[in-house]
Amino acid sequence: MVNIIDRRRNPKGKSLANRQRFLRRAKRQVLDAVNEASSKRKVADVAGGEQITIPTDGLHEPTFRKSADSGVREHVLPGNKEYVVGDTIPRPEEGSGGGSREGSPSGEGEDEFTFALSRDEFLDLFFEGLELPDLVKRQVKRSDQYTLQRAGFSVSGSPSSLNVERTMRNSLSRRIALQRPKGEELRELDEEIDRLERSGAEPERLRELIELRRSKRERTRSIPYIDPVDIRHNRYEQVRQPASQAVMFCLMDVSGSMTEEMKDLAKRFFMLLYLFLERRYRYVDLVFIRHTHIAQEVDEDTFFYSRETGGTLVSPALEMMREIVEARYPVGDWNIYGAQASDGDNTPADNPATTRLMQRSILPLCQYFAYIEVGSGQAVHLTSDLWRAYERLAEGESPLAMRRVRTRSDIFPVFRDLFTPAELKA
Amino acid sequence: MTEPATETRAPTGQPLFTGSDWGYRDVMRVYDAVAEIAHGELGLDTYPNQIEVIDSEQMLDAYASMGLPLFYRHWSFGKHFAHDEMLYRKGYTGLAYEIVINSKPCISYIMEENTLTMQTLVLAHAAFGHNHFFKNNRLFREWTDADGILDYLDFAKGFVTECEEHYGVQAVERVLDAAHALMTQGVHRYPKPRSRSLREERDREIERIRYEEQTYNDLWRTVPGDPEDPLGDEDDPVAARRQRLGLPEENLLYFLEKRAPRLEHWQRELLRIVRNIAQYFYPQKQTKVMNEGCATAVHYYVMNRLHERGQLTDGAFLECLHNHTNVVFQPGFDDRRFSSINPYALGFAILQDLQRMATEPTEEDRRWFPGIAGSGDWVGLWHEAWREFRDESFILQFLSPKVIRDFRLFRLHDEAASPELVVDAIHDEAGYRDIRRSLAQRHDIAHLEPDIQVVDVDLTGDRKLILEHRITDGVTLERSDAFAVLRHLANLWGYGVKLYEVNPVTERAVNEYPEVDPASPVA
Repeated sequence: MVNIIDRRRNPKGKSLANRQRFLRRAKRQVLDAVNEASSKRKVADVAGGEQITIPTDGLHEPTFRKSADSGVREHVLPGNKEYVVGDTIPRPEEGSGGGSREGSPSGEGEDEFTFALSRDEFLDLFFEGLELPDLVKRQVKRSDQYTLQRAGFSVSGSPSSLNVERTMRNSLSRRIALQRPKGEELRELDEEIDRLERSGAEPERLRELIELRRSKRERTRSIPYIDPVDIRHNRYEQVRQPASQAVMFCLMDVSGSMTEEMKDLAKRFFMLLYLFLERRYRYVDLVFIRHTHIAQEVDEDTFFYSRETGGTLVSPALEMMREIVEARYPVGDWNIYGAQASDGDNTPADNPATTRLMQRSILPLCQYFAYIEVGSGQAVHLTSDLWRAYERLAEGESPLAMRRVRTRSDIFPVFRDLFTPAELKA
Repeated sequence: MTEPATETRAPTGQPLFTGSDWGYRDVMRVYDAVAEIAHGELGLDTYPNQIEVIDSEQMLDAYASMGLPLFYRHWSFGKHFAHDEMLYRKGYTGLAYEIVINSKPCISYIMEENTLTMQTLVLAHAAFGHNHFFKNNRLFREWTDADGILDYLDFAKGFVTECEEHYGVQAVERVLDAAHALMTQGVHRYPKPRSRSLREERDREIERIRYEEQTYNDLWRTVPGDPEDPLGDEDDPVAARRQRLGLPEENLLYFLEKRAPRLEHWQRELLRIVRNIAQYFYPQKQTKVMNEGCATAVHYYVMNRLHERGQLTDGAFLECLHNHTNVVFQPGFDDRRFSSINPYALGFAILQDLQRMATEPTEEDRRWFPGIAGSGDWVGLWHEAWREFRDESFILQFLSPKVIRDFRLFRLHDEAASPELVVDAIHDEAGYRDIRRSLAQRHDIAHLEPDIQVVDVDLTGDRKLILEHRITDGVTLERSDAFAVLRHLANLWGYGVKLYEVNPVTERAVNEYPEVDPASPVA
C-alpha cells in the first residue's frame, strides 16, 4: 500500500537549466551589478561569490490584478482589542500590514530582486566575451590531460607492476624472523651427512644429523620462500597534467611621482589580470618587479605597500624581466604575460634603450604585454614620454596593448577592451 | 466510533519509537500505526501513498516549479529558486516539512532532516489528511485527473523541450511568458456542457427534422413574423458572430488557443499546456483553508490518539504539540508577523468547532446550527464538509460565533477615496453574519480575481480583440501590469487588443485602455 523512495541520491541541480535561463534573461542587469561591484569592492573580494541586487525590469511577471487604490472593499482581520463599530482608523502606510497587501502575488518587493551568484557565475559574467589573444600558442589546451605518477606501494595490483625489491625485502625479513633454514645451511648438512655415511664413523652423530635435516626440511616446506603477504606492487595515481601554465610579470613604477591613488588603480588592474589568467591556466606564477631608477624583484606586499624614492628608469625593469625569463621560465614551457603600470614618466635619455629592449627581447617573449598609464583625475594629460615611445611599438601585429586609466571605474572597461578579441571589436 | 475493535489489534502501551533518528523500518512502522487510526477511526479514504525522502536542495527545486515533481523549463522558475534559495541560506525562512502532490499514487515529499516525531506528524498530515481531501472533495473530483497528471507533466516537459530544440529557446520563452501572464485567466470556472460528437449531432438533426414534419401545420405560415426577434440572425451580425465564436469567453487562454488567427500549431499546444496546469491548480486555490484544515485536524487527532494509546512518548508528543501550535498560530492584525488570515488556523478552528458543537453544544449553537448541535456524529460531519464544500461555502456554512469570538475578528470598510477605514462589524451579535459573509467572500477566488472576458472580435474585418473587465465594487485593474499583460496578449493574438472596464450594473464603460498593437507578434 505504501512505497517509500529515497530521492536524495537523485541527480542534483534539477533547476540548473531554469537558473541558466534566468541568468540569460537578467544578463544586462546582472552585468551592470557585477560592473558596479568591481568598482566598489576591495580587491580581495572581487573573486568571491556575490549576493547581488538587480532591478526587476524585464523580470517582472505581470498579471491582471486589482489595484489597491480604487473602489470599495471589506477586510476581515483577526485580533481586535479595542475597536467597536463606528471607530475609524487612519489608512495605514504602505506595507504596514493594514490588510491591503494582496497586491504582489509573489510576495516580494517590486523594485528590486536580490539573489546570490556563485563565484564561477560571477567570474564568468565578469569575464564575459573576453578572450586572451593567441590562445592557441604552445600547450594551451582546454582539456585536461592525465599521467600516471608513482605513489607508494600497494599490496595488490597486476603482476606487471610487481615491485621485486620490496617483495624480496619483506620475504627476507620474514624468513629471518621465522628462522627459515637457509639453502646454504641445508647444503652443508647434506655434505656432512654424506661424508659421515661414507666414512661410517660416528653413527650416533649421523642419526642426529639426519633427524636435524628432516626437521629443517620440514620447516623449509612449511615456511614458504615468498609468501603472498610479502608481495608489494608499485602504486600509480592519475595526476592531472597542467594543461598550461603561465607566468605574469607585474611591473610598476614606484618612484615618488606615483601617488597611492595611482598605485591602487594599478593594483586593481593587476588583480583583474591575475583573476583572468587564473581562469585560463591551471598554474599562474606571479613575478613582481618594481623599479625606480633601479629594478628589484619583490614579494607582493612590498610591491604594493612599501615606498621607494628615486628617479625613473624603465629599461632596468625590462632587463630584469628578460633575465628572470631566461633563468626560470623557459619560453617553451610557459606562457608569458607582462603588465606594466606607470604614470608615464621616464628619463628621456632612457627611451631609446627601453624601446630597443621591448622590441628585441620582451615583446618576442610575451604572449601579451599590457601597458596602462595611470593618472590622477585632474591632470591635463599630455602625451607622456613612455607613451610616445611605446606607441610606435604597438603598431601592427604587436602583442603590446596600451590604455590610459583615470578612475577606479575605468578599470573594468579598459580591461575588457584590452582583451576583447579583435573580431568582436569590429 | 470503532475504537474498541482496532484497540485490540494495536500493541498499546509500547512506544513506536523513542529516539529522533529514523530508518525505513521506523517510517513503515509509524505509517502502519497512523494508517490504523486514520482509516479505522476517522474512516479516511485515500489514494495509495508514495513517500519520497528528499533533501533541502530538492525541496527548493520543488518550490521553484510550483511544487510539481517534474515541470517544463522556464526562467521564472529559476528566478523563484534563486530568491527562495537566498532566503533559506540566509536563514530568513525555513522550508516546509513536506510537499504533497494531488496524484495517484499520492506523492508526499518529506524532508530528510525531520525527526521521527515530525515524520509521524507529516505522514498523518499529508499522506492521510491531504490525500483524503484530494480524493474526496467535489472540486478535485470534477476538475482534476489524479491518475493522469504525472503523465501529462512528463508530456508537457518533453513537448516544451522539443519545441525549444526545434524553434529555439527564445521563441518558446516568448509564448510561455505571455501564457503565464494570462494564467489566472486560463481556467474554466464553470463546467461546460460536453460538446456533442458528430454522430450525436447528426442524430439530433434527424430527430429535429422528423419532429418538424410530424407537427407541420400550414396555419403557422400565415402568422406574421416578429420583426424584433433577436435570433433573426442576419439582422444583427454582431450578436450572430458573437454567438458563433462562443462569446463572451472568460478563459482567455482557451480562446487564444482555439481562435488566434496567426499562431502555429506548437504555440497553441503550449497555451494548452499552461491552461491545463492552471486548471489543475484551480481547485487548490479555492480550497486552501479546507485542505489545510482537513490535514491539520487529521494530524492533530492522530497524534493525540497515538499518545493516548501509549504509542507516542510524552517527549515526542510535546515536540509534536510545539510544531502544531506554530502551524496554527494566528498573529493579530497589528502584529509584525501578520500577513493574512492563516488558512491552517482558520480551517482547523472551524473543524474543531464542528466537533465541539456535535458533542458538547451550547445554547447558542442550538440556535445557530440546529442541525449540527448535539448530533454526535462529528466524523460524519467532517466527511460531509470535506466532500461537498470549498473555502467560500465552507466558511459561509460553518463559521460559528464562537470561532469569530476566538479570533476576535472584525471588519473594516475601506473606501479607496477616503483617508480613513471604518470598523463596521465586530464579534458581537450584530456583527457575526456580516463578518461571516465578508470573510467567505474574501476566500472566493471569483471575487478576488478580476473578471475579464473576450466580448467581441470581427475575424473577417480588422480582427481587433475586444476585452471587458467587469468591475466589482468599483475596483479597477492595476494599470501598469494590465498594460504589460495586454502587450503579451496582443503578441499572441497578432492584431490589436482593446480593454474596457465596465460597470456591470449600468453596462457602461468607466475606463478604457488605449488599443495595444502587437509590438513583436510571436507568430
